[in-house]
Amino acid sequence: MIETGTLRVKTGLAEMLKGGVIMDVTDAKQAKIAEDAGAVAVMALERVPADIRAAGGVARMADPTKVEEIVSMVTIPVMAKARIGHFVEAQILEALGVDYIDESEVLTPADEEHHINKWDFKVPFVCGCRNLGEALRRISEGAAMIRTKGEPGTGNIVEAVRHMRSVREGISWLKGLRDDELFAAAKDLQAPYDLVKWVHDNGKLPVVNFSAGGVATPADAALMMQLGADGVFVGSGIFKSGDPAKRAKAIVQATTHFNDAELLAKVSKDLGEPMVGIEISQIPEAERMQERGW
Amino acid sequence: MSNSNNLKVRIGVLALQGAVREHIQHIEALGAVGMAIKRPRELKEIAGLIIPGGESTTIGKLMVEYEFIDAIRDFHAAGKPIYGTCAGMILLAKTITEGDQPLLSLMDIEARRNAFGRQRESFEADLAIKGIGSFNAVFIRAPWIESVGEGVDTLAEFDTIEHGNVKVMARQGSLLASAFHPELTGDVRVHKYFLNMIKEA
Repeated sequence: MIETGTLRVKTGLAEMLKGGVIMDVTDAKQAKIAEDAGAVAVMALERVPADIRAAGGVARMADPTKVEEIVSMVTIPVMAKARIGHFVEAQILEALGVDYIDESEVLTPADEEHHINKWDFKVPFVCGCRNLGEALRRISEGAAMIRTKGEPGTGNIVEAVRHMRSVREGISWLKGLRDDELFAAAKDLQAPYDLVKWVHDNGKLPVVNFSAGGVATPADAALMMQLGADGVFVGSGIFKSGDPAKRAKAIVQATTHFNDAELLAKVSKDLGEPMVGIEISQIPEAERMQERGW
Repeated sequence: MSNSNNLKVRIGVLALQGAVREHIQHIEALGAVGMAIKRPRELKEIAGLIIPGGESTTIGKLMVEYEFIDAIRDFHAAGKPIYGTCAGMILLAKTITEGDQPLLSLMDIEARRNAFGRQRESFEADLAIKGIGSFNAVFIRAPWIESVGEGVDTLAEFDTIEHGNVKVMARQGSLLASAFHPELTGDVRVHKYFLNMIKEA
């Protein structure tokens, strides 16, 4: 018997992406540059987060023509973003043959209470989180991969670091609890007891966890890997920089050899201008993308 | 302790990108020592090498960048066994049906990338593996073996509706390749088969 869309098949693709870099691209040409640089997957988008931030207004799923153009250009997996709670955008992306759907806070949420019921789909989902409770809520809804949110489109790594450390601290805290303390922990985390117990017993998340939202340099990518990320998403950091092809390749190498400072020094040289960063305190709270999703 | 470790078989997993950890867990479950291999010089410390699943284009580019191509060819020439899963199988293949990505070109097979389709076509199914028996196999955007040369033993086939029987596992001497991922299941029998190949080498 053949079974498709099983949890093992969904989480399995995320396992294959580990140690890799997933790059935001807005057209077929960028997708090709990303693939040639060694990306493990591309994220098809209408606009990168920095431009979404600058443009304002409602940000939606990319035009299917654009998604198809990117799908036909590369042989690596193609991901695409749907709005939080917008299960019809997700149905459309699944029909287009997208390999992973990112239910993403980068787009304007379509539902302020409910996320997509991801168990309804054969295609796997990745979702953002700022802490352990949020990660486990997304997994309980069927997410097969997690990424810490960071603050997209800023080129500022500080929020990515905060969220990765927060997830790690949550896991260490759970590990140290007695069995009879896990019920109250589940209440505090606002997450299902079974998942809380699993993390307590295994000392890790049940799915792969990448870092996103603010990676702009090879050093940023290596920092997130040393902090325990399984891989990195780079959004605006590549195609908003001076020499995307060179920077993309350098970030790929830094993600593989994240512990090798000599190599990091070498690949960090002469990459041209990085994207212009934004100080987080300069972004009004209502415009912080990480606050979207609950 | 260090003495008993010295007696154990050391198996490397190429750790440029992909599902490295799962292979190491399977190796250690068999009582051997698993080592993540990031540099060619580390190959001399191991008796066998696994090239894991991941993105074959990414791993191939990093293999070129870090001078693994000739180093792994030398490793093979010295008679040391290599096992490639999924992307690893593509990298072992002599040729692929499309594209011009870097390959080790060691095994006399032609591989077809993403042969079963995209992620929505990824699947689990039971296979009959020669010398191992029934095995629950996980295929993820998997390749298949389009054709094999003389001296290649096909160990498993899978019956597809559209293309009939396709080859999904094969061995040629000290080379082993599977289109599926035994490291994603709790079943260590394929890894045990590979460990035996190392012991016989």
